[in-house]
Amino acid sequence: MLSPVIDPEGAPFWRYAAQGELRVQACADCGALRFPPRPCCPHCRSFGVEWRPLSGHGRVWSYVVPHPPLLPDYAERAPYNVIVVELVEAPHIRLVGNLVAEAGAPIDSLPAERIRIGARVRFVADPASGLPQWVPERP
Amino acid sequence: MAGIKDATAIVGIGQTAFAKQLPENERTLACRAVIAALDDAGIDPGEVDALASFTMEETDEVELAKAVGFGDLTFFSRVGYGGGGSCATVAHLAAAIATGQASVGVAWRSRKRGSGPRPWRDTVTQLPTPAQWTRPYGLLRPVDEIAMLTRRYLHEYGATRDHLFNVALACRNRANQNPAAVMYDRPLTREMYMTSRWISEPLCLFDNCLETDGALACVVVSRERARDCRRPPVYVHSAAQGLPAQHHGMVNYWNDDPLTGPSWATARHLWKHADFTPEDVDVAQIYDAFTALIPLSLEGYGFCGRGEGAAFTEQGALESGGRLPINTGGGGLSEAYVHGFNLINEGVKQLRGNSTAQVPGAATCLVTAGEGVPTSALLLTNRS
Ligand SMILES: [Zn+2]
Repeated sequence: MLSPVIDPEGAPFWRYAAQGELRVQACADCGALRFPPRPCCPHCRSFGVEWRPLSGHGRVWSYVVPHPPLLPDYAERAPYNVIVVELVEAPHIRLVGNLVAEAGAPIDSLPAERIRIGARVRFVADPASGLPQWVPERP
Repeated sequence: MAGIKDATAIVGIGQTAFAKQLPENERTLACRAVIAALDDAGIDPGEVDALASFTMEETDEVELAKAVGFGDLTFFSRVGYGGGGSCATVAHLAAAIATGQASVGVAWRSRKRGSGPRPWRDTVTQLPTPAQWTRPYGLLRPVDEIAMLTRRYLHEYGATRDHLFNVALACRNRANQNPAAVMYDRPLTREMYMTSRWISEPLCLFDNCLETDGALACVVVSRERARDCRRPPVYVHSAAQGLPAQHHGMVNYWNDDPLTGPSWATARHLWKHADFTPEDVDVAQIYDAFTALIPLSLEGYGFCGRGEGAAFTEQGALESGGRLPINTGGGGLSEAYVHGFNLINEGVKQLRGNSTAQVPGAATCLVTAGEGVPTSALLLTNRS
């Protein structure tokens, strides 16, 4: 599987995620949330940054089910799901991820037939990799 | 404003064969297409002084200039973002020639995607830093990235796979009329479409463009010079590039409205400088790496309202004789996928009156580059 190639702006996201915390970059001056992380605020041009903790509650904005040809590790799991989650507190902050049966479960652990746009999902951290995952709010 | 409106014209087009596999390398194919385009224009290669291509083009200006025998070059330019660069190559040449920086420009693209490796198969290039937010989760290929927008589009507007099929069918029907098309003798049926294998649900095999080897080129000169060329001029009426606010490439999931892609930004500038409107477009060549890009582009370029692009495809609207015939050579879905350059040349053929699926009396044509990435578009006309 591919691991994120982490840049300085994004590093805190991955660090918090590995601790099981969903935090999003926010402007230290005007407070606007932004994603993906970047050096300065597109609203007020401030370079001041803070990392705002969010509840981790979201909804499925869209999803796809890739089939081969794919990179070998992914082909072995295909068909699996990839979802885009919009966060309940900040719907314009959307995160790409996988909907899995439980924390640590593989990307094909939840049948695609069970996924719906608008379904409520919750952020968890994969205990092995530290990567973010999403589980159904009501399994 | 003087600008570039009708100040320049495309006077030559050239292409190689299109096939899943061609024996010659990209550099050789590039030379063949460029020489064919100059021959079509009746212009000696020694007169070429401007070049434009895609940043992803592997044959560079130095190699091309010395192989084909160009004169001194005074302008050369490259445009990024893959298929988003196609129309911008012509736009850059038009701007250079209209402002006196050069007099004879050649734009080209040579590509071996049918027989070469897929870029996304290379795990090293698979993870440029911005992809940290998408690729580890298995959103690996352009088709996966666009399928995500497609699913949302279908959900938001009640569009169906039948609408995507309308697009695939229109392109295939035109390719069936075009002997140069890869899919010339291969008709498509609804049953074939609906039972084909998935690539990335909700996109199936026939929602994807062809992997093709081939090269194309065109020649741009001033309107004055165009009068002396071998073929009737096709004027560059309006041209624009577009990189909208808070855009994020194919994974454009993070702006306020991910379903309004770069075509919207491009269209605003394109129409601002045009003497006609979408209602006056006789034929369109719309970038079709994936079927879903067509409804999104129809909305972006103003042929219908937001959310109406799928319904626009009904009742044969995109077919010959329909409200807006598109991709009359077969497009990327069924003629060849050479990063959209075949759409430029097909636009020229329509306005010369010699397309294999000629729209009677076509005088205006929209050509677009890749939607979903920073893009570009041209309005062409044969009216002087
Ligand atoms: Zn700010």
